[in-house]
Amino acid sequence: MSRDAEFVRQWIHAFADRIEENKALLTRLDSAIGDGDHGQNMVRGLRAARQSIEDDDIAGTLRKVAMSVISKTGGASGPLYGTFFLDAGRNASGETIDLSDWASMMRAGLEGVQRRGKAEAGEKTMVDALIPAIEALEDAASNDGNWPEALQDAASAAEEGMEATTPMVATKGRASYLGERSAGHQDPGATSTYHLFAAAVDANDAWQS
Amino acid sequence: MKKLINDPDHVVRESLEGFAAAHPDLVRVSFDPTYVVRADGVPDGRVGVLSGGGSGHEPMHNGFVGRGMLDAACPGEVFTSPTPDQMLAATQAVDAGAGVLHLVKNYTGDVMNFEMAEEMGEGEGIDVRSVLIDDDVAVEDSTYTAGRRGVGGTVLIEKLCGAAADAGHTLDEIADLARACNDEVRSMGMALTSCTVPSAGEPTFDLGENEIEIGIGIHGEPGRDRIPLESADEIVERLMEPILSDLPFKEGDDVLLFVNGMGATPIMELYLCYRKALQLAEAHGLTVVRNLVGPYITSLEMAGLSITILRMNERRTALWDAPVHTPGLRWGR
Repeated sequence: MSRDAEFVRQWIHAFADRIEENKALLTRLDSAIGDGDHGQNMVRGLRAARQSIEDDDIAGTLRKVAMSVISKTGGASGPLYGTFFLDAGRNASGETIDLSDWASMMRAGLEGVQRRGKAEAGEKTMVDALIPAIEALEDAASNDGNWPEALQDAASAAEEGMEATTPMVATKGRASYLGERSAGHQDPGATSTYHLFAAAVDANDAWQS
Repeated sequence: MKKLINDPDHVVRESLEGFAAAHPDLVRVSFDPTYVVRADGVPDGRVGVLSGGGSGHEPMHNGFVGRGMLDAACPGEVFTSPTPDQMLAATQAVDAGAGVLHLVKNYTGDVMNFEMAEEMGEGEGIDVRSVLIDDDVAVEDSTYTAGRRGVGGTVLIEKLCGAAADAGHTLDEIADLARACNDEVRSMGMALTSCTVPSAGEPTFDLGENEIEIGIGIHGEPGRDRIPLESADEIVERLMEPILSDLPFKEGDDVLLFVNGMGATPIMELYLCYRKALQLAEAHGLTVVRNLVGPYITSLEMAGLSITILRMNERRTALWDAPVHTPGLRWGR
């Protein structure tokens, strides 16, 4: 079974919806260890992103989303999510994608995030949710898994990765200035990244129905 | 929240509209993407000097655009980095064929957005150099953090680089000057009260009635210590000691001493603190050849101050004395 550009559009809309719904939570998490603007910035960037979406192929859709996110988000999230979408889109060719294409797109996005932000696993960043989610997708793809289960596994893995950031001590970004005091708080970037993967589950439900 | 605003979402835009209307002789403001450029344009063959960062630190950076300092500035939302499309448009606007210098304060968002802008600018065939400014000695453990933050030294480096561009120096020479100055400038700040980001509506951090934060960042990032309120002289000593010992500044050094207000500090208190800072600098064997006192890199309505010391030499003193005509800083002609 393959997915098309409509699935990708649904994914972006679902991500934007989830960020709107969770804006207050993201603000609260970011106020504890950052500067409190993650919710507001992501909402601004994704509103622009969903407005930019037209009847395009997958690569074109993600390119427009990336450019909107880069130009409207600000902070560190703009370049990080923008690079994620840009690099994921560069790895999408053709009208449809299968599960292994999706996994490689997400992998390319992760590599872009790490190139831009220079974060490794365990530094209390979005990378801590991205890595387990993408590993789950790759597992499913190599075992001939189906879309709904693979996307659900990825979302669950992202959620666990997000929760695992709570005890971590931040060494990247503004939270790093807190040192040990950053422990005990869930990372806001990992939290929005969990919603990115949960949004793929929402999109798949919408796409199938 | 008690502020002179209309809508938290319109603060930056409405302020820029007023800024543009107040200084049409010095600056032009463009919106979407948003940037400020000098009104008279960059002369052909002269290097463009550009900076940018979150709003809320006025007069930095917009207020330093004009003649003899910045050619362009990119304001972000309050305390939020501007975006690469703003930086690219501003870079294109001030490229007069000799390239454009980006002066970037060391914050994760600013660094990433400027990196993307540099890549985009080079894609457009513009010679772009970026220099990171990270002068805040309050950050002790640079290995396990995003590193030292760019604070007061930024104002001084923007002035010196603008003067060097006016003097006809090349992009590489001005970038080298910026890096050399960054290596020899140190700052530390403190807060008496917090500030409130308009869109957040709540104070950024809680500080008790008789508490102060030593080593505060310009966005309310935590400092080194939270201690009970002390006398001004004691507070100035607490800021000067780590600054002097970090470089270290040594006997016989010529320096520029900059006492900066965080936004809500009375000028009277800044001069009171300058008096003590000067005594301590002289007792350390330094010669204060130039100074700057006032609110130049602020943090909304935070009360407090920061102290910055830059090692000077003949060239830097001459560049400092060169004429500057901007909304935020002006002397000479």
